[in-house]
Amino acid sequence: MRVTARKRFAIYRRELGYFFNSPVAYVVITVFLVLAGYFFYNLLGYFNLASMQVMQSPFQARSLRLTESVVQPLFGNLAVLLLLILPLLTMRLLAEERRAGTAEILFTCPVSDWDVILGKYFAALTVYATMLAMTAVFPALLARYAQPEPGPIVTGYLGLFLLGAAFIAMGLFFSSIGDNQVVAGVATFGCGLLFLLVGWVGPLVSPALAGVLSEISVLEHFASFAEGVVDTHDAIFYAGFVVCFLFLAARVLESNRWRG
Amino acid sequence: MIEVARLTKYFADRPAVLDVSFTVARGEIVGFLGPNGAGKTTTMRMLTCFLPPTSGTARVAGFDTFRDSFEVRRRVGYLPESVPLYRDLTVAGYLDFIATLKGLTGTARLRRVGGVMEECGVTDVRDRPIGRLSRGYRQRVGIAQALVSNPEVLILDEPTVGLDPRQVVEIRELIRGLAGDRTIVLSTHILSEVSALCRRVLVINRGRLVSDDYTSNLARALQRGLVLDVVARGSAEEVAGAMRRVSGVREVTTTGTSDEAGRYRVTCAAGEDPRAAVAAAVVASGSELLGLTARDVSLEEIFVQLVAEGGGARDGA
Repeated sequence: MRVTARKRFAIYRRELGYFFNSPVAYVVITVFLVLAGYFFYNLLGYFNLASMQVMQSPFQARSLRLTESVVQPLFGNLAVLLLLILPLLTMRLLAEERRAGTAEILFTCPVSDWDVILGKYFAALTVYATMLAMTAVFPALLARYAQPEPGPIVTGYLGLFLLGAAFIAMGLFFSSIGDNQVVAGVATFGCGLLFLLVGWVGPLVSPALAGVLSEISVLEHFASFAEGVVDTHDAIFYAGFVVCFLFLAARVLESNRWRG
Repeated sequence: MIEVARLTKYFADRPAVLDVSFTVARGEIVGFLGPNGAGKTTTMRMLTCFLPPTSGTARVAGFDTFRDSFEVRRRVGYLPESVPLYRDLTVAGYLDFIATLKGLTGTARLRRVGGVMEECGVTDVRDRPIGRLSRGYRQRVGIAQALVSNPEVLILDEPTVGLDPRQVVEIRELIRGLAGDRTIVLSTHILSEVSALCRRVLVINRGRLVSDDYTSNLARALQRGLVLDVVARGSAEEVAGAMRRVSGVREVTTTGTSDEAGRYRVTCAAGEDPRAAVAAAVVASGSELLGLTARDVSLEEIFVQLVAEGGGARDGA
């Protein structure tokens, strides 16, 4: 078992090394932070503007709260931003190994498909966690000048982390299918968007189907986190999502072997 | 060390390897020869557990490549044709990564990586990223990678393709030095490579094994009679006439003359070796013999013949 762990860790380290030795991680993280900063600036700016208006008519003050006006919308924006950014991290994970032929050496070493999948998955997850940790500067700024509620911020981050973990698993799955990074990226993006917005058709379809759709909607499960509620049912949904796509990726690797 | 029995691989309904059987003993260097697309790479991928066979079995070091894949992978070093390496890693970093995946640990791994870099002559570029190395160095790193676990079996797919002539010679030297206790299977479509490196050659064409023999036997079996290149100074008619009279000589043609000497090609009857008699005849005719060399039938010729025969046999069946 210890040997397996060591091999997985070697794959993890190699993948993380690729992210940080190439411009990939830096570009992705920078773009993410610039856009996130822009969202944050806008939300805070509008909040400022609204506060100034409120000063003229104090009876509206109750409706103006930092958590609802800045923190929650920020997490919502970041969730959508992740959808655009994370496929860029995941699309090369396995597709590039196949295109470059390095898969041939990798898979003729005594390592299992799961060693490869888990090593790569956690490497991408680490880059994502780094990226997410750097956005902590926004709530820190808020705390410097106001008193935001800590609860929704913590749970919001937990929700974002789980959401990203789910997208990364899906991205890894699409990357396992072919040898084309663009195809893997676009498929991840499209499928992710669908999972995010699948709840929209709820009012148009039968209640039973609407219930199912809202259950598989990535966004519905994220909403409660952003509101400061940690529901194990939502956490289990994300965990199941991850396991399911990693399992599919393992199946695809095996079937690729049979097809050659 | 390697036992292959009725190995077959279909991609969809297209056969890539058909009913191939052979065995390779410990310490043998075997050449796998065939035109591009003959099924060499597919066979090697099945031996290295990268592809499972459609039917038939392959056993390496006593382990089945399908059922005991991990045992086989632990004992095999493989260099794929395109030498796919991680271009962003340094030579030492890459070899250390592969060594870890092969299960080497601690100081044993460090020692082995250092040793294999020494053996393959890449120590001086150990800290350079692989992407910036020349083709020749990259090939060496590829071989080092295959060797890093000190495998019993080494499988090299076209190890000299794409190299310049000097590099080809160097890589061949390197491979020759790796033999000994190790079993080596190398594929190539260059015939001179097989004769330079291997005592035994498997010829594969269109997925089928068409020949399995020692390189020397193959040449002898197919020899249609010795061909001599003779250089002699003297009257062309007299020299040619004298040689024609030697028993065992079938045909003499003049291939070129200069002021100094004439060049002749002497074709002998099958099974005859009249070299001494030819030399004596030239001298006896009063001419000066400047050179006499026997031309081996080249593997190219053998190969064309085998492939043609294989094709003919199948068409007839």
